[in-house]
Amino acid sequence: MIDTVAGLAADPSGSTAQDVVLRAENVHVEYDGERPTRAVRGVSFELRRGEVLGIAGESGCGKSTLAYAVTRMMKPPAQLTGGSVVFRDREGRETDLLALEGEELRAFRWNRLSMVFQSAMNALNPVTTVGRQFDDIYGAHRPEMTKSERAERTKALLEMVGIDAGRADGYPHELSGGMRQRVVIAMALALEPDVVIMDEPTTALDVVVQREILDEIERLREELGFSVIFITHDLGLLLEISDRLAVMYAGEIVEYAPAERLTDARHPYTQGLLRSFPDLVGERRELRGIPGSPPDLRGEVVGCAFADRCEYAFEPCRAVTPHLLDIAREGAAGWRAACHLNDPEHRSSVSDAEGPQS
Amino acid sequence: MTTAPITSTLPTATPPASGSSGGPAAWARGAWRTLRRSRRLTIGFAIITAFVLVAAFGPLLSGNPDAFSQDLSQPPSGAHWLGTTQTGQDVFAQLIASTRGSLVVGAAAALLATAVSIVIGIGGGFLGGWADEALSLISNVFLVIPGLPLVIVIASYVKGSSTLATIGVIALTSWAASARVLRAQTLSLRSRDYVQAARLYGERRWRIVLVEILPNEVAIIVSQFIFAVIFAILTQAGLAFLGLDDPSAMTWGNMLYFAQNAEALSGGSWWWFVPPGLCIAVFGAALSLISFGLDEVLDPRLRVHRPRSGRRTRTKGTAR
Amino acid sequence: MTALEVRDLVVEYAQSRGKPFRAVEKLSFTLEAGRTLALVGESGSGKSSVLKALSRLVTPAGGQILLGGRDKVPAKEYRRAVQMVFQDPFASLNPSHSVDHHLRRPLLATGRARRGTEADTAVAELLRQVNLTPAADVARKRPHELSGGQRQRVAIARALAPAPDVLLADEPVSMLDVSIRLEILNLLDDLKRQRDLALLYVTHDLATARHFSSDIMVMYRGQVVERGPSDEVILNPKHPYTQLLAAAAPRTGATRAEVRAARQVRAAARSARDAERRETVVGDGCRFRPRCPFAMDVCATRPPEAALGGGHRVLCWLQSEGKAAA
Repeated sequence: MIDTVAGLAADPSGSTAQDVVLRAENVHVEYDGERPTRAVRGVSFELRRGEVLGIAGESGCGKSTLAYAVTRMMKPPAQLTGGSVVFRDREGRETDLLALEGEELRAFRWNRLSMVFQSAMNALNPVTTVGRQFDDIYGAHRPEMTKSERAERTKALLEMVGIDAGRADGYPHELSGGMRQRVVIAMALALEPDVVIMDEPTTALDVVVQREILDEIERLREELGFSVIFITHDLGLLLEISDRLAVMYAGEIVEYAPAERLTDARHPYTQGLLRSFPDLVGERRELRGIPGSPPDLRGEVVGCAFADRCEYAFEPCRAVTPHLLDIAREGAAGWRAACHLNDPEHRSSVSDAEGPQS
Repeated sequence: MTTAPITSTLPTATPPASGSSGGPAAWARGAWRTLRRSRRLTIGFAIITAFVLVAAFGPLLSGNPDAFSQDLSQPPSGAHWLGTTQTGQDVFAQLIASTRGSLVVGAAAALLATAVSIVIGIGGGFLGGWADEALSLISNVFLVIPGLPLVIVIASYVKGSSTLATIGVIALTSWAASARVLRAQTLSLRSRDYVQAARLYGERRWRIVLVEILPNEVAIIVSQFIFAVIFAILTQAGLAFLGLDDPSAMTWGNMLYFAQNAEALSGGSWWWFVPPGLCIAVFGAALSLISFGLDEVLDPRLRVHRPRSGRRTRTKGTAR
Repeated sequence: MTALEVRDLVVEYAQSRGKPFRAVEKLSFTLEAGRTLALVGESGSGKSSVLKALSRLVTPAGGQILLGGRDKVPAKEYRRAVQMVFQDPFASLNPSHSVDHHLRRPLLATGRARRGTEADTAVAELLRQVNLTPAADVARKRPHELSGGQRQRVAIARALAPAPDVLLADEPVSMLDVSIRLEILNLLDDLKRQRDLALLYVTHDLATARHFSSDIMVMYRGQVVERGPSDEVILNPKHPYTQLLAAAAPRTGATRAEVRAARQVRAAARSARDAERRETVVGDGCRFRPRCPFAMDVCATRPPEAALGGGHRVLCWLQSEGKAAA
């Protein structure tokens, strides 16, 4: 697991180090307990300026834990047991997120990096007006702003997310769920952060509203140029909105690819996920999910964590932990999968086995 | 923290997982492990066990608490470990006998109060409609009537009667609060999907209440019971101290009452009133410890975080 | 064979002030043995109220529910014949009881098995049917020891225990992980075929509705606005609301350029609608009017149900014979 990190840092896609805004390396998170759960096991990723990085995975895969770790919002029993998260601003100055404490950390959040969570819309304070809650943000981070400047800014933000500016004087309960979630997104953008981390921001909403909000995020991103880490279980959605995608399974990233290449996934788990939801207008085809369930992360995972559910599993899968390897393909820059089937060394041992390629 | 599509991760009132299901031996092992998980629970449980053992077997071993001796108002000595009263009775023997008396009153009154609160709270919550309205009204009335004065009034009305009357009076004045808690919980459980499912296949109402709802309220009932015991022992002590309890009963409260009447306080006979007072305080504290400990075990969020040594930990990541 | 027929079903809820709130407005449909009907709608569409009425958890304010052609079937008989699978498998199993309890009780309560070995065998058989094996091990477990998918299988087995004719499935997979959703839906599909069940699949997901049902009804604010054979309704939607829903679903096969184009079309439709946004309170007229990009004056009056052939019907003025010039 450790030796993959070096490979990741040197990005073969040719992106220069300058346009990376957030880099996480070898992040480990454990949940304390009688037998500690190793929820995130050596995850590394890079977020480039202005891109949407999608992180897909199912419940328990560690994707939310990763978000909490990166934003430093972890609470016991979860604890970071290793790794680094570095933020790089437009001038190229680097900040070690994990070294920030107290006031620095507080200032860093909202200003540079903000979060929108699934239930965020329920986190609005029910007893004060929407406008006041915006004021609280400015009060904490931009104390120099005058009252009229604040009101101006709030109006602009609300209109930006498609909400009538007059709603600033209203209370959260007067807004529908979708509108409240838009308000939360506007709050996350209030201080023009470089990075917004969204963890299932639309899952609790109706399809149509969800779509409207996603379109809105996309439009705002084009306008304001912030980067997004978008975390969801809905791979179909991610394929559409993200530039690059990381698929997580059992606390690890198993595949990492440009979104348009992922339909041709190289990891059997990603392939399984892609088969797991029907396309609305596509041909009717036989549909199947992925039998079985993820491994218990309280113990040591030997070999590939997916091996027990994998139809292509062969000997090395049960013994050797696969690492993210570059997919040697034309135009496949930055495409990696952690599967022995893509590793010539192991693959040769089962040269005529039926792999996903066939 | 992991996000399934909107899963409900709130802890329900379920006993914690104790391994896989099995026989009573496995259950006992699970209970033992649960007990060991919280230091408060362990300590509280140890103290209560000691009290119960003393109450059960102590009177068989200690002397006759009513026996008079020639040693009047003696401080603690080898012959009288906790000294003697003004009339020459052995304080230690009295304390042992009173432990049994107080525990019996506390447990009995709490059992009675809990039983009443279960019937009224769960009954009202499940039945709904006018039955709920009526039962709620009754519990609200009992809730707003100031407790101690009512106890005093009732106790003086039935004065001179037995310990049973005391138990009844305490139970009558202490069931209302837990009835309300149970009613609220039942209202919430009643609309759970698993209860709806039971209605769907035509389960009878009493079965739904006793089999589907009640087991999920056990944790609440236990904690209500624990507080009812504390309340009952304190109330009984208060009543006895005011001279409203049967004076022939051996309880910590009665010991305090006699000590007070004999002016032990001003006379400096600390060995007479300190032990029963201390017993009340320690017993109450131990029950509270059990209650908090149970909360801690049942709700992992309350558990104190102690990073174990020998591992590379980075507590920085936990700053808020 | 028609297992359940719903005629002019009306569900109302009392409100603290004023008229009762009408959640379902004169809804009629039939459930056929061995077929799946999908009921698609968003929150507030009234689909849960339909389920509550069908499962007799609320009393309808009007209309009839005929089981096997008979109205007002006695409770005991109805309970056996109509069962439901709930949305949230984490809430629909009692944390205090074993899997065995969850299956044994409905068997005993509906008289499908006698106490003792007969019930033991029946429980094992139910678990086998929902592919939970080894049955003896699973039966001993309590819900918290099972995964979401396993729980939902137990919930399905419980619904099957009384040997129902009609199975109501209330968003049975929306709480589950993507990779196990299809397993559950395939299981329901197989069981429907084996047991000749009439299945009502309630969902907000158009894609699975299309793939797992023969017919679809799209509900909006208590009314069915479009219904018909699944492919017809999804591939050729006629009601503006169905079109909106279809446009909101993710397209897996689409390229980046197509995605971008689709977003622009949606944005245009939205701004057109916003410009003409009218009153939200709808009297007798079309309930979708305030959100409809094609709203016309005539929409203030109740839209007629237009038949487009092949069972495809739409509640919209755009499709009616004498439609106003749009």
